Amino acid sequence: MYREYRTIEEVAGPLMLVRDVDGVKYDELGEIVMPDGEIRRCRVLEVNGSDVLVQLFEASSGLNLEYSKVRFTGHGVQLPVSREMLGRVFNGMGEPIDDGAKIIPEAVRDVNGTPINPAARKYPSEFIQTGVSTIDGLNTLVRGQKLPIFSGSGLPHANLAAQIARQAKVRGTDEKFAVVFAAIGITFEEADFFISDFKKTGAIDRTVLFINLASDAAIERITTPKMALTAAEYLAFDCNMHVLVIMTDITNYAEALREVSAARKEVPGRRGYPGYLYTDLATMYERAGRREGSDGSITMIPILTMPEDDKTHPIPDLTGYITEGQIILSRDIYRKGYLPPVDVLPSLSRLKDKGIGEGRTREDHSGTMNQLFSAYARGKEAKELMVVLGESALTPIDRMYAKFADEFEARYVNQGFYEDRTIEQTLDLGWELLHILPKSEMKRIKPAILEKYW
Amino acid sequence: MTEGRIVKVSGPLVIAEGMREANMFDVVRVGEQNLIGEIIEMHGDRASIQVYEETAGIGRGDRVVSTGAPLSVELGPGMMENIYDGIQRPLVAIKNQVGPNITRGIDLPALDREKKWYFEATAKRGDRITGGDVYGIVRENEVVEHKIMAPPGTRGRIEELLSGYYTVTDTIGKLDTDEGEVPITLMQRWPVRKARPYKEKLPPNEPLITGQRNVDSMFPVAKGGTACIPGPFGSGKTVVQHQLAKWSDADFVIYIGCGERGNEMTDVLQEFPGIADPKTGSSLMKRTVLIANTSDMPVAAREASVYTGITIAEYLRDMGCSVAVIADSTSRWAEALREMSGRLEEMPGEEGYPAYLTSRLAQFYERAGMVKCIGSDDRIGALTAIGAVSPPGGDISEPVSQATLRIVKVFWGLDSALAYRRHFPAINWLNSYSLYKDRLAPWYEKNIAADWMDQITEAMRILSAEAELDEIVKLVGIDALSASDRLTLDVAQSVREDFLQQDAMSPDDSFCPPEKQHDLLGLILYFRDAAACAIEGGADIDAISTLPVRERIGRAKSAPTADYKREYAEIRTEIDAELSAIGGGR
Repeated sequence: MYREYRTIEEVAGPLMLVRDVDGVKYDELGEIVMPDGEIRRCRVLEVNGSDVLVQLFEASSGLNLEYSKVRFTGHGVQLPVSREMLGRVFNGMGEPIDDGAKIIPEAVRDVNGTPINPAARKYPSEFIQTGVSTIDGLNTLVRGQKLPIFSGSGLPHANLAAQIARQAKVRGTDEKFAVVFAAIGITFEEADFFISDFKKTGAIDRTVLFINLASDAAIERITTPKMALTAAEYLAFDCNMHVLVIMTDITNYAEALREVSAARKEVPGRRGYPGYLYTDLATMYERAGRREGSDGSITMIPILTMPEDDKTHPIPDLTGYITEGQIILSRDIYRKGYLPPVDVLPSLSRLKDKGIGEGRTREDHSGTMNQLFSAYARGKEAKELMVVLGESALTPIDRMYAKFADEFEARYVNQGFYEDRTIEQTLDLGWELLHILPKSEMKRIKPAILEKYW
Repeated sequence: MTEGRIVKVSGPLVIAEGMREANMFDVVRVGEQNLIGEIIEMHGDRASIQVYEETAGIGRGDRVVSTGAPLSVELGPGMMENIYDGIQRPLVAIKNQVGPNITRGIDLPALDREKKWYFEATAKRGDRITGGDVYGIVRENEVVEHKIMAPPGTRGRIEELLSGYYTVTDTIGKLDTDEGEVPITLMQRWPVRKARPYKEKLPPNEPLITGQRNVDSMFPVAKGGTACIPGPFGSGKTVVQHQLAKWSDADFVIYIGCGERGNEMTDVLQEFPGIADPKTGSSLMKRTVLIANTSDMPVAAREASVYTGITIAEYLRDMGCSVAVIADSTSRWAEALREMSGRLEEMPGEEGYPAYLTSRLAQFYERAGMVKCIGSDDRIGALTAIGAVSPPGGDISEPVSQATLRIVKVFWGLDSALAYRRHFPAINWLNSYSLYKDRLAPWYEKNIAADWMDQITEAMRILSAEAELDEIVKLVGIDALSASDRLTLDVAQSVREDFLQQDAMSPDDSFCPPEKQHDLLGLILYFRDAAACAIEGGADIDAISTLPVRERIGRAKSAPTADYKREYAEIRTEIDAELSAIGGGR
């Protein structure tokens, strides 16, 4: 059916050059038939005359220039999708690995997706209650948002993501989120943590898992998130479900991209990452959202570990420019033993303003949020000053702010991974903490609201 | 028409042979799907083509057909309220035709071919016409009077011109020229990479009023000026850009979303129609054109989007109007340049950017300016260009920021430390600058208040004094300061929090007219003067710091714009009363 070529000329790292091919298209999916009959997949990266450069999706070990054959399938990388995928486990290439039955596809989709017309997007505005005060109260998540967690090695980002997956709900509805989970080059233990947590809470039945472990081929990581998002798009926009996509760890994904780019000898951008890293990440993250003609939504929580906790490293930096905010975890807070260790000040949700307030959360939400932020910022500054000059050098009001900052961390930030707070509890706790300060300091809260809730 | 065959495909770059007859920068159609591309290099009969759409499925031997024309935009009635992609394809029409995702090879005209406009002729038979002269007007909507102009280079005599209902392609009249009779239409085309001509550039002398205190009062931009907003992510670039797009007193606003988030464009699309323009009372959307090439859309079209936007702006400027172009973000545009340059295997300059980055940026910003438009009535038009820059890690020593700073005259530096403190807009008052300040001072002094500049200078002095005093406080504590220095700190805090901070979400503070800006700063300085007198008279600084009226000053910015003057007068009385109560005052 397909022409088979025995003209593999070169294999170097994840790349392979095939000579004298005809009619092969850019981005086409190819299959390599190994001497022992095993089939491995690859994708066309460049067509140059009668040569094609292909990128392997799996390891190149065992490839033999003499006896291996390549054939091209006439289409791009595709994923068969179905509602039956819920509750199932797949590898990074979208093949079931849980000994279950084969998926009977309801549709077959190209994993690259197509850009959403900005004129057809629906602006995300429905409040999601995650039960985590630092998110609900200060960095509110809404349906269709992409809100990454910026973490560092050794910080409990997995626990926070699992907590969100467990507790997330839109108030006033019973609809549960379907969860699409993409493990990108993480360890077995971390993946196992998620799977057993989903099993324990029963969430596994509404979860699709795509697992690429650290031990799997690095190059497979490039397709893993695309597979996951293709499944998520089907569930959200074809089946009208609300889908929460958790992807961990984007840093591994970017490193796989860098590997391919380096093998192609491309001019590198910052720190050796390809110049198109922004565009590549954006085509992935932008698949989150809501769109006209469908009631479903994709809410995305990508997790990335910042190398050396450096927020200016290209991966977190470019991610931050694309996503609608970020939740940053802090080693300092973690050392104090406060969980989840969210670093409140640099964290941000860009879509919060449309998701909070009367009718969505509560009328006092916006004002108290700003007041808590600025009070905590001032309290932290006062504490820094205290370290240098001693407590006596502070004005009485700054001393109150310092006390506020301590209490805020100990009670508002610190809630543990198993406490599920309603938004009212979060807001009330905020008011309770603000009482540490005099009423005249409440400059960010509208007088009418202040009178009502103080 | 030249037809070639593809020999190489590498992402958005396609190389075709058999293209010797084609011109540089010709638009070509690629493959069976008719993807749109543009020739960017020629080597013998091989043309390098950047394709504005995803090239998956394109292979060797596929056909490439040149259209023989450079990448152009359609200019005429119907642009307002529209949203286009980077090569001026109408996104709403595309949505109606193919659904919520953008499929490839779609080709719809930028201007609606069905809609009929009422054209009212102002020129008449026998009139001699040169490029830029006005044939008549089309009322595009309640606020936009679209002048139908002769395209640049036209020369002739009107043979026939009739008012009536026409589509953009209908012949509305005939022009007798040296080359014979030429039909007149409502629409014209212009290649995006070429600046539209003007008679003369003039030095800008009038501010673009934006209703933002940080801009109008502190770092103003002139109509026809250039400005940039660099800032790390999360520092509020987009909110500042949106505020400028909303409240600028330009006749037209072109908002270019270049490689940014899709939801931001959706936000503009949903929000703008509901906001009333302070100048006309009509919806803001009526005077706005959106260019959206979001980050998931093809990268080559992102490169074109800023040119598409600025060409539309130049056309509107030629009507004798003031136009603001807001591009978010020029860094993404530069990255698109870098990506294409890498695929062309050019020798990279700094950080992989092509060596021509600076000259391309300069070409873009140089298309801004206040000009005497072509046409015999010497209309004055102004094009203001404001670009956001997204420096990696917020470090503006990178090439795009540095190249931009060498060109633009206004720098609004966003600061993440301010953003963490929720001081918005997070424009750093110590390192931002405006080179128009002195040039615009006479305008403010004549039109707003005679002491405008004195007040601003005083405020800046207080803020820089605060920065110095802060250093001292960090070393020795606040108690070591004299009462007058402590007053300076208190007043500086007031300038920062009560004047510079502006709440984009608050209806009474989102737009602050210049008079209110002046009076608000005046109020703060009045407190400073009165309190300084009180200190001389022996009043205690701690008592002054905790006066209840300071809270009222803090809320003064959100006093309803309609009758803020009454409130401010009351505050002044209260300042005097409270100060005399603690043994000072005048």
